[in-house]
Amino acid sequence: MALIALPRAPGSGGVLWAFIERQTNLWKRYWAWELVWLVYGAVNTLAVTFIAKQVDAAGIGSVEDVNALVLFLLIGTLVWAYLSAVLDDISMVVQWERWEGTIEHTLMAPVRRAVHLAGMCVFGVLHAIIRTSLIFLIALPFFSVDLSQADWGAAVAVLLIGSFPVAGLAILAGVLPLLYPERGQQMSMMIQAFVLLVSGVYYQVEVLPSWLIPFSVISPATYMLDGIRGAIIEGESIAAVGPELAALAAFGVILIPGSMLVFDMAERWAKKTGRLKRQG
Amino acid sequence: MSEHQQTPLRVERVTKSFGGRGMRLPAPFARNNGHRRRGRMVVDHVSFEVQRGEIFGVIGANGSGKSTLIRMISTLLLPDEGSVRVFGYDAVTRATEVRALINRVSADPSFFRNMSAYENLLFFGRVYGLTRADVRRRTPVILQKLGLEWSRALEPMSNLSRGQQQKIAVARSFLTSPVLMLLDEPTTGLDPRSKRDVQTFIREVQREHDATILLTTHDMDEAELLCDRISFLSGGRIVALGTPYELRAQVAGNRPVESIDMEDVFMALTGRSVEEDEEEEGEAALVGG
Repeated sequence: MALIALPRAPGSGGVLWAFIERQTNLWKRYWAWELVWLVYGAVNTLAVTFIAKQVDAAGIGSVEDVNALVLFLLIGTLVWAYLSAVLDDISMVVQWERWEGTIEHTLMAPVRRAVHLAGMCVFGVLHAIIRTSLIFLIALPFFSVDLSQADWGAAVAVLLIGSFPVAGLAILAGVLPLLYPERGQQMSMMIQAFVLLVSGVYYQVEVLPSWLIPFSVISPATYMLDGIRGAIIEGESIAAVGPELAALAAFGVILIPGSMLVFDMAERWAKKTGRLKRQG
Repeated sequence: MSEHQQTPLRVERVTKSFGGRGMRLPAPFARNNGHRRRGRMVVDHVSFEVQRGEIFGVIGANGSGKSTLIRMISTLLLPDEGSVRVFGYDAVTRATEVRALINRVSADPSFFRNMSAYENLLFFGRVYGLTRADVRRRTPVILQKLGLEWSRALEPMSNLSRGQQQKIAVARSFLTSPVLMLLDEPTTGLDPRSKRDVQTFIREVQREHDATILLTTHDMDEAELLCDRISFLSGGRIVALGTPYELRAQVAGNRPVESIDMEDVFMALTGRSVEEDEEEEGEAALVGG
C-alpha cells in the first residue's frame, strides 16, 4: 500500500552515469596524481620488459626466444597495469568516500547498491582502458615487437569478459574498509599483491612452488593473462581462447552476484555497529 | 490513508548502544526491562512524532545521542530496538523509500573537497533523480537565498570558507525537495551572519514549502527561534517535550514565564547545563553520539 506519493525514483541509467561523471570529475581534479600513475605505469612496463633485452645482451636465448620474452613481459605488465587500475578504482568505493567525508551522504541516497557499484565498475574499466592504452603507446617504440599475428578481437574479448570477475574481486576487496575502517584498505592492497604473485604476470605459473599453484588456478587474472597472451603472441582466435573465456565467464557469474551479496551483508553489519561514519 | 501513515516521522522506543554485543539475558540475570547491554547506551528508548509542516527540535549536548538518532532516521544505523517510520515506511525494511523522502544536513559539510560546489551538487542531485538541467536551474536560486553568489559554486570546495561550505551543504539537501529534512546542528561553527542566513532560509523553506524539519542543536536560542516543539535529550533519553512556551511554563513556578529562558529550562529539567553535559559525555560522541 502506498503510504505517500514517493518522488520519481532515479532511473538506473541516470544513477549509473552520476557515478561515472563524479569519478571523471574527481579524475580531472586529481590530474597530477593521474600523471604520476601514468608515468609510474610506463616506467614499470619499460623496466620489466628491458629484462628481456638483458637476456638478449647476455646471449642466453635465440632471437625468437628473446622476442617472445619481450612480448610475454610487455603483455604481462600491461595487463597488470589494467588489472591494478580496475582493482584500485573499484576497491576504493568505500575508502575514497571515507577520506572525502561523503560516505554517509552517498550511502543514504535512494540508490540501489548494485547500481552504485556498477557505476564504479564501469568507470574503473573505462579508466583502466585509457591509462593502459597510453602506457602501451609510450612503451611500444622502445621495443621492436612483431604484432602482425595478433588476434585483437580475441584479446579484447578476453579483456572485457575478464573484467567481470576482476570487478567482483575488487568489490570484495572494497568490502574490507567497510568492515575495518582503519586497516581495510591495507588489507585490500595485500589481496592485490597476492593476485600479482600467483597469476603469472611476469612468469608462467608453473614456476611457482607447488603449494601456490592452487591459488593461481582460482585467480581470474591467470586466465586473463593466458587468454590475452594466446591471442596476441600465438594469434589464437576467439574459439581457441574459448577455455579461458569460459573460465572467466564462470568466475564472473560467481563473483559478481557473490561480491554484491557480501557487500550488502557488510553494509548491513556496518550499519548495525556504526562503522559507516566518516572517520576511519 | 490513516493519520498514522501521514505522520512524517514516528519514532517508537528506539534504542541504540555501541561497543557491546547487546546480549539478551534470561530473566533472573536481566536488568533494564529484560535487557542487559555491555556496550554504552547512546539512545535509550526514545519515542516522539513529528507532524507535517512542523520544525521539531532535539536539544542536547554533544554525546547526548542526537546524531545517533539522526543516523537511525537517515537509514545509516540500524536500531537495536524500536522502530523509525517516515510517512509509515519503516527505516529498516523500506530504507529505499525512506531515503527518497528525506535529506540531511550534518554539522560537518562533507563534500568531495577538490570538486567544485556545482560538481558536488550535480552528483548529489543526480542520485536523487534530478537532471543536470534541474540542478543548474535550482542551484542559483537556493544559493541566492542563502546569500551566496553563483560564481562561488564553480570553485573547488576547498577554496570556500567553513560558512560557505555549510551553505552549500544546506543547498545540497534542499535541492532534492525532501518532504522530511534532517538538520543535524546545521549552524555549528558558523559566523553570526552565516548562521542568520541559514536560519532565515530554514524558516522560509518551512513557511513556503510546508517542509517538515527535524533540527538537532545545542544552541538554545536557535531552538527557540526556529522550533515549533522542542525535546530535551540527555543521556540518550528524552527528558522533556513541548512547545517552547510549555517548557518554560513547566519550570516557571511563581516566576513570569517570559522571564525564563531555554537554558534555565534545560538546567531545571535535566539537572545540568549543556556545557556540563558536553564535558561528561564528550567521550560518547567519539563512540557514536
